[in-house]
Amino acid sequence: MKVLVPIKRVIDYNVKARVKSDNSDVDLTNVKMAMNPFCEIAIEEAIRLKEAGTVTEVIAVTIGAKAAQEQLRTALALGADKAIHIETDEKLESLHIAKLLAKVVEKEAPELVILGKQSIDSDNNQTGQMLAALTNRGQGTFASKLDIDNAMVKVTREVDGGLQTVELKLPAVVTTDLRLNEPRYASLPNIMKAKRKPLEVIAADSLGVDLAPRTQLVSVSEPVKRSGGIIVDDVAQLVEKLKTEAKVI
Amino acid sequence: MKTLVIAEHDKGVLKPETNKTITAAVKLGFDVDLLLAGDNLSAMSEQAASIAGVSNVLIADDAAYAHQLAENLADLVLSLADNYSHIVASATTTGKNFMPRVAALLDVAQISEIIDVIDADTFKRPIYAGNAIATVKSLDSKKVITVRASSFDIAQEQAPVAVTSVAGKGSVGLSEFVSEEQTESERPELTAAPVVISGGRGMQNGENFALLNGIADKLGAAIGASRAAVDAGFVPNDMQVGQTGKIVAPDLYIAVGISGAIQHLAGMKDSKVIVAINKDPDAPIFQVADYGLVADLFDVLPELESAL
Repeated sequence: MKVLVPIKRVIDYNVKARVKSDNSDVDLTNVKMAMNPFCEIAIEEAIRLKEAGTVTEVIAVTIGAKAAQEQLRTALALGADKAIHIETDEKLESLHIAKLLAKVVEKEAPELVILGKQSIDSDNNQTGQMLAALTNRGQGTFASKLDIDNAMVKVTREVDGGLQTVELKLPAVVTTDLRLNEPRYASLPNIMKAKRKPLEVIAADSLGVDLAPRTQLVSVSEPVKRSGGIIVDDVAQLVEKLKTEAKVI
Repeated sequence: MKTLVIAEHDKGVLKPETNKTITAAVKLGFDVDLLLAGDNLSAMSEQAASIAGVSNVLIADDAAYAHQLAENLADLVLSLADNYSHIVASATTTGKNFMPRVAALLDVAQISEIIDVIDADTFKRPIYAGNAIATVKSLDSKKVITVRASSFDIAQEQAPVAVTSVAGKGSVGLSEFVSEEQTESERPELTAAPVVISGGRGMQNGENFALLNGIADKLGAAIGASRAAVDAGFVPNDMQVGQTGKIVAPDLYIAVGISGAIQHLAGMKDSKVIVAINKDPDAPIFQVADYGLVADLFDVLPELESAL
């Protein structure tokens, strides 16, 4: 079976985002970028399914500016077979991304699409669910375990208060949670090999999707700063402060 | 214009997140209908009808909605959507699961995890792990919104309002519930606990997390962990507080041996009072802590337990 893994280029998760002084957005100039951590888990899962013989082909896809090809090369170095870059300089929303991905799904007809549960920049947690809706597939979100058996996939999901297992008819859409696996690192020989793997570039405009904005970013501000606290000397003083000053115990 | 809120429930009890979501929905300024979908709902319907701000309760009683599977629930909400300008649910794992599906089926954007309502079209929401707050205006005719419950108060009670039944088509045949496994814990749920005590990499191993048990028992606290502690294999992932784990806003948050990486702060910096215990005086956690104690946690934790 064929697996499609959409990935996203985002700010590196160790970098603290800075708000622009004119409050128009977050400043991403000269900031280290990387593959979204949940997307790494999605790629890893697809590769493991391939290594287990369940999957025959892994296709990585990304949507965005030219620089995002760097993350596609990473996906190829990790073991993806081919990559698709849907190129656009527009800032797209989850619904647009899901619609563009639906076009790729239509063309490539993967039995399984594995995405990260959310990207760490917009923190939306929408694209996988929207793609499932647009392609009329079942969805297994926040997956911590996948079991593929014939025409079904059993997905164990991380839900508030524990785990829930659902069974989806294939084709289906799955989004990854942190516990699904531990992503591997790309080895140097694999990074070299990845340069020769196929990478198809498609202009986003050519796919016939309405990309008009659905939301307007009015402003971006710094979160309210917490007022500086105090350093206490010992446990006795800490407990005293919590009882009499903060009144929380 | 009316607002539809989709209730969340578990084992025959409405979740507190639903009440808080109604508080957010009332701020939109329109009548609020509450949809209760599941099976065996009779006990809950009165509870739902008594939440202040609710004008009408709609009941969809069908086994297909019992586990709130996204495919079936989204289809039900879609069938009711014509009557509403705003569709709202909590940003819990359930709300996050089915609401984007609803939005896509309606061909509208979703505004995720709002923390404030500016007006009926404009909302505030955190981005970049809470390091920035975006003010976002929806340009769609219908708004699909999820609410970060920890940012809103619990709604009061009112005299019960009318309850009407609605019928959906039940299962759409894409998915089936198989089983569930609840985390067994005598302690309160992490996201609902009034006090949370969390351990980080400084705990050194999983066994040392037992040092937190006595303190948690005395404070009625839930025990959490940083991603570093989870990644190091000290504790399971469902204890993780942070951008990629759970978002908590308790009255008291005690961070033990946690440096305060941005990923972790995103999950707890809206706590009312933050206490940090760390032997590194330069740890970033001290910049957000109301009370900091610079000391070795292995000395401090037993002392703290006996002092409580």
